[in-house]
Amino acid sequence: MDIKKRAAAGTMESSDAYVEIEPASQGVSLELESVVLNQFGEQIRQTVLSVLAQEGVENAKVRIIDRGALECVIRARVEAAVCRGREEA
Amino acid sequence: MRRSMLFLPGNNPNLLINGNCLGSDAVIFDLEDAVAPDQKDAARILVRNTMRYMDFRGVEMIVRINSIDTHYWKRDLDEVMPYKPSLILLPKTGTPADALAADEYMTALEQKLGFEKNTVGLMPLIETALGVENSFAIASATKRIQALFLGAEDLTADLQCKRTKEGREIEYARTRLVTAARAAGVDVYDTPFTDVNDDEGIVKDAELAKALGFTGKSSISPRHVEVINRVFTPTQKEIDYAYEVMDAIAEAKAQGKGAIALYGKMVDAPIVARAQRTIATAEALGIRRDMV
Repeated sequence: MDIKKRAAAGTMESSDAYVEIEPASQGVSLELESVVLNQFGEQIRQTVLSVLAQEGVENAKVRIIDRGALECVIRARVEAAVCRGREEA
Repeated sequence: MRRSMLFLPGNNPNLLINGNCLGSDAVIFDLEDAVAPDQKDAARILVRNTMRYMDFRGVEMIVRINSIDTHYWKRDLDEVMPYKPSLILLPKTGTPADALAADEYMTALEQKLGFEKNTVGLMPLIETALGVENSFAIASATKRIQALFLGAEDLTADLQCKRTKEGREIEYARTRLVTAARAAGVDVYDTPFTDVNDDEGIVKDAELAKALGFTGKSSISPRHVEVINRVFTPTQKEIDYAYEVMDAIAEAKAQGKGAIALYGKMVDAPIVARAQRTIATAEALGIRRDMV
C-alpha cells in the first residue's frame, strides 16, 4: 500500500531522526542529512530502503534528518512515518 | 533482584538507548504519561525496536502501557509482548477486574506467540483511592501478578491533597500496599521521589520506603538510582548478622537444641526468615560469604 498523505515522525533531538514522507508515483527517492553522513550515509540509506521494502512501500519521497540515531531508532521513525502516511487524510 | 526501577520516556531515543547503563536494576519504558497522545504510535514502535535490537542483559525490561480505559493498551501489548518484558506495569488499576482484563488479553497473546502462560508478569500500578482500598484483592487477582507499585502523584490528586516531599499524605497508602502485597505473597515498589535536585530528600524517602517494607523504589531520574540501590542493598552489618544467625541455627540443630540465643536475643522463626531474605538478596547482588 502506498503513501496517501504527507507525514512525519521523530524529532531533531540528539540520537533521534526526523523522517518526512510524502506520496510519489515513480519509485522511492531519498534525501538524507546526517551528522555522520560521510561515515554512515550509505548504511542509513540501506536501512531506510529496507524498512520501506518491508512495509511494501514502492513509491514515496522520503527526507531524513539524522541526529546520530542508532539503526533501531531510524527503523522506528521510518516505520512510524510510513504508518502515519498511510492513514486516510 | 529489583532494588531500583528507572522510568524512561517511551519516545526519547537518547534515554532509551542508554537505559542499560544508567545503573538501575530495571528500566520502565513508559508509553503512558511520558508520551503525548499524538506520539503514542511512534513511541510504541520505538520501544518495541529498543527491546528487539538493544542488549539489556542484566537490566530487566518493564513496560508501562496505557490504562485499560484507553484505546491504546491492547496495541501497546501487541507490540511489546513478543520481546518478553519481565513485567507490564498497568496504570490506574482500581479493581481486580482491571487486572483480570489485562491478564486475559496477555494470556491470549502468549498463546498466539507460543509462550508459556505467565511468561510476562503483571504489576498493577495503584494510583487511585479505589486501587488502594482494593489492593489485596488486586494483588491476589491472578498468578500473573508479581508485584504492586505505588503511584503517589495521581493518588494524591485523587485524594484531593497536596503531594509533599515528606509524604505524610501517602503514609496510609504505603503501609496498606506493603501489607496487601505481603499478604498476597508478591513484591511491592515505592513511588518515585520527584525532586531530582534534592539529594538529601531522596535518601530519606528511600530509607523510609525500605523501613516500611518495600522491595525497592522507582525513580524518574538517573540521579536517584545510586542512592536507591545503596539503600536497598543489605549493609555489611546486616549480612554479617544474617550469616551468624544461620550458623547459630545450624549449630543448635547439630547439638539437638530447640531454642538458641544470639547476642542475648532469642533466635526465632521471624529472625531466621529475615536472615534468609538478607542472604538471598546479598547473593542475588553477587555478595558471597567469602567476600564478607
